Amino acid sequence: MSTNENRDQFRPDGHENDHFLLTTVVGSYPKPKWLNRAKELFEDPDHKFDADDYDEAKDDAARLITQEHDRAGLDVVVDGEMRRNEMVEFFAHRIEGYEFNGPVKVWGHNYFDKPSVVSDVEYTDSWLVDEYEFTASVTDRPVKVPITGPYTLANWSFNEAYDDDDELTLALADLVNEEIEKLVEAGARYIQIDEPALATTPDDHAIVGEALEHIVADIPEEVRIGLHVCYGDYSRIYPEILEFPVDEFDLELANGDYDQLDVFKDPEFTADLALGVTDVHVAEAESVEQIEENILKGLEVVPPEQLVVSPDCGVKLLPREVAYGKMANMVEAARNVEAALDEERIDIERGAPTAAGN
Amino acid sequence: MTDYVSTTPGLFPLPDWAKDDLSDLKGHQKHDLISGDEGEEIESVYERARADVIEAQEAAGLDRVSEGQLRWDDMLAHPLAVHPAVDTQGIVRYYDNNNFYRDPVVEDDLEFSGDVGAELESAADLTDSPLQAILPGPYSLADLATDEHYGDDETFLEAIAEFLAGEIEAFPDHETLFLLEPSLVENAPDDGLDELASEAIDTVAAATDADVVAHTFYGPLEEKVYAHLLDADIDAVGVDFVTEQDQTLYNIQEYGATDDIALGLVDGQNTLVEDPEAVRDRAEWVFENLPVSEFETVYLTSNTETFYLPYATYEEKLEALAGAADLAEVKA
Repeated sequence: MSTNENRDQFRPDGHENDHFLLTTVVGSYPKPKWLNRAKELFEDPDHKFDADDYDEAKDDAARLITQEHDRAGLDVVVDGEMRRNEMVEFFAHRIEGYEFNGPVKVWGHNYFDKPSVVSDVEYTDSWLVDEYEFTASVTDRPVKVPITGPYTLANWSFNEAYDDDDELTLALADLVNEEIEKLVEAGARYIQIDEPALATTPDDHAIVGEALEHIVADIPEEVRIGLHVCYGDYSRIYPEILEFPVDEFDLELANGDYDQLDVFKDPEFTADLALGVTDVHVAEAESVEQIEENILKGLEVVPPEQLVVSPDCGVKLLPREVAYGKMANMVEAARNVEAALDEERIDIERGAPTAAGN
Repeated sequence: MTDYVSTTPGLFPLPDWAKDDLSDLKGHQKHDLISGDEGEEIESVYERARADVIEAQEAAGLDRVSEGQLRWDDMLAHPLAVHPAVDTQGIVRYYDNNNFYRDPVVEDDLEFSGDVGAELESAADLTDSPLQAILPGPYSLADLATDEHYGDDETFLEAIAEFLAGEIEAFPDHETLFLLEPSLVENAPDDGLDELASEAIDTVAAATDADVVAHTFYGPLEEKVYAHLLDADIDAVGVDFVTEQDQTLYNIQEYGATDDIALGLVDGQNTLVEDPEAVRDRAEWVFENLPVSEFETVYLTSNTETFYLPYATYEEKLEALAGAADLAEVKA
């Protein structure tokens, strides 16, 4: 059995099977209702619930959800992004050069505080080191840090200051690089760059690749860098993305029932594949058997040592017990597939296209 | 002497208070979007919001006042989305934006609806300024919709044009009509259909005595599409000089222009607010590069709708447009 040093640094001591399929999550998790209530109290000027109280509530929520991930048996955990409101706003508030002018429409009565870049973006205080250090202090398991990627940060902002969005993307990439350096100093070994905007504008894969070169500059080899992309036409970005300097691609595929799986079979998938094995748009936990079948789909693309198992996307919009059920079943399914691999009960031809009608 | 007219392509952002109120009253899901038979409480929020945006346009000093299209949850697909012969289905992307609308599937004859006419009546009651009506152009509306009734592209386009013409019959007096045709840019018609797209515009334009502007945006038109558009019986073509300049300028140099023109010079999709002087200068730059001696009327407008912007920025954009038209008028 071949090994994968970068991935296997996260293999728990005393792992029960010879094979190891790393289990993790994309990041977001449903917030406990009391945390939303605490936020309302904090935002109510007539209430005595102050910033310290709200910080304490966020710490409590982060501890709770990290340990919920722990309990589900995930090999690498996250705090469920309890301190983050939205994936662009959270970072825009921490980056010099951004300002907010009010909510804008996405669809219907769904709005988003789309920020404006009004001057050169600059790095001041760390964005995520406190979050990482807290999470790492409440679990013995390795912690992954999701960061919204520069392309998405640029694309989902108004650009008032840079000649074009590519220039803004690269400027933001340098800030992400600075943040990762700080995180690595603090002990982080697993970073995930989230670029959902890439799937909606696939012609821009070149600038995303260039931004990633900026992001990983001078970051030590052993630090695992993943890229999360979701809900798009992958044939328009593959195989080009294989050139990206990342260890792992985290892809949503369960939602489309693996109808895009063949895209990744030719040419050969040379990176690690973090395969989405549960659909975050179905408010019911898939059975262990179903998830086992989904994991086997991943083995059609990569050998076991290159496979990571994770949900399609952040699970924050699901009911909390469903989110937990999906994770617990996912871990159980991964362990079952590992055992089956150990016993050589799995026979899958890698790279073969899916038969018609399957 | 050229008459400079400051205006917009409509589809404004809701005032922030109305965003909150309508979120609470209507909800956030697909089935919560506008249906056309809203109750009194929701209608009264829209009435107050409409009054706000009309007041904002008057305060800025715009030469044309629009109703605002604040009820158009589905943006340019709205006139079909509220139609009884249409089933609204999945949420689909609105052009290349991070915005979405319900796919309107046409399942029966598109008979008269009166929805947009009723909005305009309400607006007319609120202002004495010259009123501007806004509609999707027939080609764009057909492009945004799915046809399961008429059978082929040509028949469907014609039916959409007839439908829009019928709606206009019920409009109150209006000074101008903007027909928004972004699909002519984003999904340019193939050979044959480009000519029909212009004929469809004729059908719609013939239904009003007002000046008609066929406004295009998100980039330049292909030259053939531009040439066909000039054949349509309209007063002005509207072009987007924010997104792109060279091809658009080339089209006008090569094929000429309508007697009037609408220049999209203010960015409807960026919070950077232009100075009126800069807008005026951009208009002059266009004229310096054109062989046309003089336009009768020049509409100064944002290139796109403004619902992409925060409300406060939208108000500032109106002021930039009105200011630019005033400056240009003085100079001319």
